[in-house]
Amino acid sequence: MKTLLDITKEHCPMTFVKTKLALSKLNKGDILEVLLTKGEPLENVPKSASEQGYKVLSVEHVEGDVYKVIIEK
Amino acid sequence: MEDKKKISIVCFSGDFDKAIAIFTIASGAAAVGYEVNLFFTFWGFNIIKKKKGRSFIGKGILARVFNFLMGGFKNLPLSRLNFGGISPKLMTYMMKKRNVATLNELIQASIDLGVNFYACEMSMIILGTKLTDFIPQIKEVLGVAKFLEIARGGEIIFIS
Repeated sequence: MKTLLDITKEHCPMTFVKTKLALSKLNKGDILEVLLTKGEPLENVPKSASEQGYKVLSVEHVEGDVYKVIIEK
Repeated sequence: MEDKKKISIVCFSGDFDKAIAIFTIASGAAAVGYEVNLFFTFWGFNIIKKKKGRSFIGKGILARVFNFLMGGFKNLPLSRLNFGGISPKLMTYMMKKRNVATLNELIQASIDLGVNFYACEMSMIILGTKLTDFIPQIKEVLGVAKFLEIARGGEIIFIS
C-alpha cells in the first residue's frame, strides 16, 4: 500500500511528528511518500526514519524547494 | 552498547509558553524514537487538570480555594506580557496563522506518540488532589525515588 503525506506547510516538530504518526499507522512493507521542503525537514525526516529502522528508498527533487522522500516501513 | 534514548521532563511550570516548550520537546523526541516521561508537579498540574476552567477541586477548604486561584488549562498565563490572559489567545491565533502547531495539537501528538504522563505525589498531597482530578493519560502517581528510577540513564530537564 502507498500513502502520500504532505508536510510542506508544517514546521518543527510537526514535520517529523506527522511522519512518525503516519508510519505507525502503516503495515510492514507499506510505502510512505513524504512531500517536504528543503532545510530542516529534508535533513531530519529521512535521518530519523532510517535511525528508527525504516528504509529510506529515495529522496527526489520535485520542484522549487519541494522534495519527495519515499520510505518503506 | 548504545544508551537508550530517553528524556524525562519535570513540568513544574503552569505557564502557557513553557507548556508549549514541554510538549514541543516531548512530541519531537517521541517522534524520533525517544522514550519520553513527563513528570507534572505543582503549577504544572494546571496543564493536566481534567476540569479545564477554574474549579474548586481538592480536599479541604484551603486546597479548594487554592486550586481555584491556580486556575486550569484554559487560563494558563503567558510567563511574560500576559495582559490579563489575552496574550495566550493571541499567541494561539499567531501560531495557527503561521501554521505552527498549537498547544492542543502538540499535546495530542504527544499522547498519540505514547509519551508517558506522571503526577507528583507530594504536590497532590499538598493540593489535596486525586488521580481522578487529572486527565486519564496520567499513568501513575510518583515520588522522587520512583521518578529517578524511571529517568535513570536518560536526560532530565526541569521546566520552571
